[in-house]
Amino acid sequence: MTKKIIGLLLFLIAVFVVAPWLIAATGRTDLYYVFTSVALLSIASAGVWLTFYIGRINIGQGAYALMGGYVSAILVMYYGWSFWWTLPVAGIFCAVASILIGVPILRLRGVYFAMVTLILTEVMRLLALAVPITNGAKGITSIPLPGPISLFGLALAPDFATLENPRIAFYYLSVVLMTVCFALMYRLVHSRIGHICLSLQQNEELASSIGVNIAALRVMAYAISSFLGGLAGAVFIGATQSIYPSSFTVTDSVNFMLNCFLGGLGYVFGPMLGTLVLYLGWNLLFSMEKYQLLIYSTAMIVLMLVLPNGLLSLGAKRKG
Amino acid sequence: MAQILEVKGLTKRFGGLIAVNDVSFGVNEREILSVIGPNGAGKSTLFKLISSFLKPTSGEVTFKGERISNQAPHIAARKGVVRTFQETTIFRNMSVRDNVIVAHQLRAKASLLGFFLGSAEARRDEARFAGSADEILSFLGLDAIGGELARNLPHGHLRALGIAIGLATNPTVLLLDEPFAGMNHDETMKAVAMVRKLRERGLTVLLVEHDMPAVMKISDRIVVLNFGEKIAEGTPSEIQNNQRVIEAYLGVEDEAIGL
Ligand SMILES: Nc1ncnc2c1ncn2[C@@H]1O[C@H](COP(=O)(O)OP(=O)(O)OP(=O)(O)O)[C@@H](O)[C@H]1O
Ligand SMILES: [Mg+2]
Repeated sequence: MTKKIIGLLLFLIAVFVVAPWLIAATGRTDLYYVFTSVALLSIASAGVWLTFYIGRINIGQGAYALMGGYVSAILVMYYGWSFWWTLPVAGIFCAVASILIGVPILRLRGVYFAMVTLILTEVMRLLALAVPITNGAKGITSIPLPGPISLFGLALAPDFATLENPRIAFYYLSVVLMTVCFALMYRLVHSRIGHICLSLQQNEELASSIGVNIAALRVMAYAISSFLGGLAGAVFIGATQSIYPSSFTVTDSVNFMLNCFLGGLGYVFGPMLGTLVLYLGWNLLFSMEKYQLLIYSTAMIVLMLVLPNGLLSLGAKRKG
Repeated sequence: MAQILEVKGLTKRFGGLIAVNDVSFGVNEREILSVIGPNGAGKSTLFKLISSFLKPTSGEVTFKGERISNQAPHIAARKGVVRTFQETTIFRNMSVRDNVIVAHQLRAKASLLGFFLGSAEARRDEARFAGSADEILSFLGLDAIGGELARNLPHGHLRALGIAIGLATNPTVLLLDEPFAGMNHDETMKAVAMVRKLRERGLTVLLVEHDMPAVMKISDRIVVLNFGEKIAEGTPSEIQNNQRVIEAYLGVEDEAIGL
């Protein structure tokens, strides 16, 4: 118990004190954007991780990130909504859509489910190109920054437009959201719900023989996953102030999945670590130019061969 | 003895093959009823129909007067009709104890949200499940290995764990598909005693089994299937002397049916 609290404290200090201090000390304010991206992408990856947890390979999170992004952008731009309200709405919109999509496709297993979700991302991109309200390939740009928000008179966030550097505000917003999402996910996985999800992952037939409504549970997990995808997408679009059909593509969907693999499918915080390492790794290799993808892919393959249970299994091994 | 389960004109076709053909019989409360028959006779299919893992082509199964066939497996399980699997089917990457604890889901009083929030009800459930899991494990002689990872268990223990998982659901009727398969004589005798104890707990037990001496020893009544059809039904001694049964098993050594 105390170990967990120390871990949580270290995490909070790293995210809310050390990182901003380091950035200020080095003057690399561009890193705010990097860490904001990592935080948001790790939220979307956490959703993918949950679908892995019930035994489904999900390569379609990009679709929901894109959908959530568009929902937020459209509501802000065309309906004058406050950015803040679009966040839960984008998440719920994606969750509902994923229930409609999930009911038929979640019956598929293994590579079949994986292929359908992969196609889903591409379908969403084509949809964004085709329907009028998304404005086709030109996308939606110049999305205004979030306004102020207060709860019961308590100011939660200032008007981002009045800030000297809104990126700092987006950094804090993203890491707060990341912390909350992972805390809830941790609770979910370590509650009985998590154990039932695990029973589903290990043997669906047996799970249904002990009375688990496997179809309903699969849909629930997928809906939570898609909620997180939509939420992350919406905040991401708020930070970049623009969205295009190519804002989230198949490559992103694959990366969300790789983040989970790399961090470790057995650990709630796997997708967070995976996203950090993958995102930073990819950017560090930027100077390698045309060899970037080659080195990156080789490193991924080697890592998966050496650490099939993810980076976090390193710590677990030492413990056990 | 009151009738608790009724199989009425149950038929299952797989394409051209009729795996179960118009089978009817009743099961009494707290009875041990065995279903026997040569390989491919349709025994497992019959069990899957009763537990709603398969939908019948025609006919139905009622439990306490309610139809339980043609539904989802978790619905039949909720009503109290639970199957174990012919193969050793367990949650491989959980500890033995966690396997049994998670199988208590049907007994949960708290909602999923309650479990997420850790409500008082949920915490009471958890404590109850843990206590009941320990009781089931010791009942089946698995208490010493509760901490082992299920996939590391030897075969005999895996079968017992399969039954423990079934028991955790608190079934009224437990369907055991070949519970003694792969066991030596001593293990089988222990397992037979265990099935008797299940009945003492108040359960009704249906089992499919090829081990004839064990079947004859344990069963109150026996139903015999051949090519999907019921060819006989009766007490062990009636079955042993039934001409059609002897013919169905012809070519199989006489001892096989305990003659
Ligand atoms: N899903 C299925 N699709 C097609 N045919 C099936 C299916 N399941 C079973 N069968 C066929 O139905 C017949 C009965 O099979 P079943 O498994 O019920 O036999 P059984 O009596 O349990 O045999 P065993 O003693 O070998 O376990 C067999 O011929 C089998 O090949
Ligand atoms: Mg069988």
